[in-house]
Amino acid sequence: MIKHLRSAADLDAETATLILDTAAEMAALSGREVKKLPALRGRTVVNLFYEDSTRTRISFEAAAKRLSADVINFSAKGSSVSKGESLKDTALTLQAMGADAVVIRHSASGAPHRLANWVEGSVVNAGDGTHEHPTQALLDAYTMRSRLGRLDGLRVSIVGDVLHSRVARSNVLLLSTLGAQVTLVGPPTLIPLDVAAALSPSTKVSYDLDSVIPDSDVVMMLRVQTERMQDSYFPSAREYSRRYGLDLPRMRNMPEHAIVMHPGPMNRGMEIAPEVADSPRSTIVEQVANGVSVRMAVLYLLLGGK
Amino acid sequence: MAYLLKGVSILGGKPTDLHLGDDGLITDRSDDKAEVIDATGLVALPGLVDVHTHLREPGREDAETVETGSRAAALGGYTAVCAMANTSPVADTAGVVEQVWRLGREAGLVDVQPIGAVTVGLAGKQMAELGAMATSAAKVRIFSDDGFCVADPKLMRRALEYVKAFDGVIAQHAEEPRLTEGAQMHEGEVSTRLGLTGWPAVAEEAIIARDVLLAEHVGSRLHVCHVSTAGSVEVLRQAKARGVRVTAEVTPHHLLLTDEMASGYDPVFKVNPPLRTARDVDALRQALLDGVIDVVATDHAPHAVQDKECEWSYARPGMLGLETALPIVLSVFGEKWELIADRMSIAPARIAGLAGHGGDLTKAGSPANLTLVDPSARWVVEPGGLASRSSNTPYAGMTLPGRIVATFLRGEATVLDGKAVK
Ligand SMILES: [Zn+2]
Repeated sequence: MIKHLRSAADLDAETATLILDTAAEMAALSGREVKKLPALRGRTVVNLFYEDSTRTRISFEAAAKRLSADVINFSAKGSSVSKGESLKDTALTLQAMGADAVVIRHSASGAPHRLANWVEGSVVNAGDGTHEHPTQALLDAYTMRSRLGRLDGLRVSIVGDVLHSRVARSNVLLLSTLGAQVTLVGPPTLIPLDVAAALSPSTKVSYDLDSVIPDSDVVMMLRVQTERMQDSYFPSAREYSRRYGLDLPRMRNMPEHAIVMHPGPMNRGMEIAPEVADSPRSTIVEQVANGVSVRMAVLYLLLGGK
Repeated sequence: MAYLLKGVSILGGKPTDLHLGDDGLITDRSDDKAEVIDATGLVALPGLVDVHTHLREPGREDAETVETGSRAAALGGYTAVCAMANTSPVADTAGVVEQVWRLGREAGLVDVQPIGAVTVGLAGKQMAELGAMATSAAKVRIFSDDGFCVADPKLMRRALEYVKAFDGVIAQHAEEPRLTEGAQMHEGEVSTRLGLTGWPAVAEEAIIARDVLLAEHVGSRLHVCHVSTAGSVEVLRQAKARGVRVTAEVTPHHLLLTDEMASGYDPVFKVNPPLRTARDVDALRQALLDGVIDVVATDHAPHAVQDKECEWSYARPGMLGLETALPIVLSVFGEKWELIADRMSIAPARIAGLAGHGGDLTKAGSPANLTLVDPSARWVVEPGGLASRSSNTPYAGMTLPGRIVATFLRGEATVLDGKAVK
């Protein structure tokens, strides 16, 4: 088993599949009366959050607690770079506290890689800057597999602000590893350079959502921050929504079996119409529930729980 | 003291004896009292000249001082360095440049030639008193807002014109700031993978293209700092072919390292302009061979530990260079001594207007500014073993060819047996 989960690229197909299979077992167990498993009793998991993300923190916290781990929430938000303790000093503190795993959320890309130099325990990336969010990709893959029965050969379209999306990067890496065919869709200003060379050679790019939709088994909508238009990535929310938003007419062009995903939080009416978000095709609520099972599997396997 | 360098090879030529008179000049007369140095197997180069050094004093003496930087320079084979203006306070007045110049004289290890800021406080708004710096004791000839680009085209045009009155030159840090907001590394495949905001090559190339046209328009000299892209090389090649008075530098790190080095997010590889692709590295090497790029300059940029031991995005850009420049150039180009002497001593001395440097070692009467290199020696870079006060070298653990055995500044040894004399 790998020691850290800093990037979805840390996972080969075998390891990724083991995590998804383990998550399925965790989900089955959680469905029973007894929600707590003794697997990580006596182990300490630290949630080190430099960014506010209640949903992700709660998901990791629930996962660790269901495995009977001791959880320490270390919110470093507000401790600005200039005034606050450095990441290294914080790492040494966590090391002294005997952290077996540190789950880190940070606004700087690569912060988990830096942290892994300074702690002996496992580092789990819970979102770093505009880099990656590998457990989100795992829970997305888990959701696709449970809805559609497979990942190999699945046609997944990821739509929106790919440039700034950690979810997109991790999904491209993980889904390609597991045999899915990913197409990135968005205005050219929001698609990063050389994605195929950078992430996975099978990755495709399209600027035309309508042409991609009929051939998609999964349409994953990314959150688009309206501030991006001040930076000339696109002219207005209205134009963005018209060209790249998923509304009802577009959803009707999806194959019958196809699903709609969104990592949340959503901008209803911007990248996704409310009717689409609340439709039976939407997996948005399931994604949240699956997040706990997947994170249980990750912590369990990284920490070698028994 | 007089020295006799026995059996030395000047620029790789046949072994000969080189006499350094006690008047600080090279002489053809022997002196019985001269200290004899067995220089068998050693190559003599004119003392290296760096047109781009950050000595950090005044303001960041925890990272480097004029004295520690001078020592690092001497150990790297340098006899003159040009100290960049981005100190605190900024070197934008006669008072600050004279202070740096005086500190250099006191250290006495290399000639420290201050560079003056182009604009007050490096703010890019109002021209600094360039004339006062030029006529000060420091006799400033190079002006630069390095760290920042003089982005305003009107201000750049005026600065280029204004310094003609005292044969000055504007050294431009070419970076269109609107294209590099938040930039962390070269924009390309690796920045996509790492999720770091890209610094596109065109942000450099667009400024160089603009500036060579401005320099041509007003008939002024322009110097381009740390050229880093293949596209910039093409712009410079065309400008030079047209007769534009432009010179350019490249750093040792841009001649060797690529953006792949960022993959582990270790900020020791964060530098501005950023490390580029292998294709850029190839183009820069060829440009230095062709003379499209005139000089190797270190952009020696010491940083305190806390400014590098952090997240990539929070780290300051820059790397040490003085003690590794010649070994890196040797490892890239081999023992091309004529080329090395020109690109690392003669041409930079000419650009900086440092008449006593980059002289002909075979000519009696030249100032005895030179360095002795053992090209067969190999050494392993240990950050803690460097003379710089900082240790942010990107070459840690690398085995490099070429060791500086001795350096002489106007006939006085600043380095002997590979150690600084003071
Ligand atoms: Zn610069």
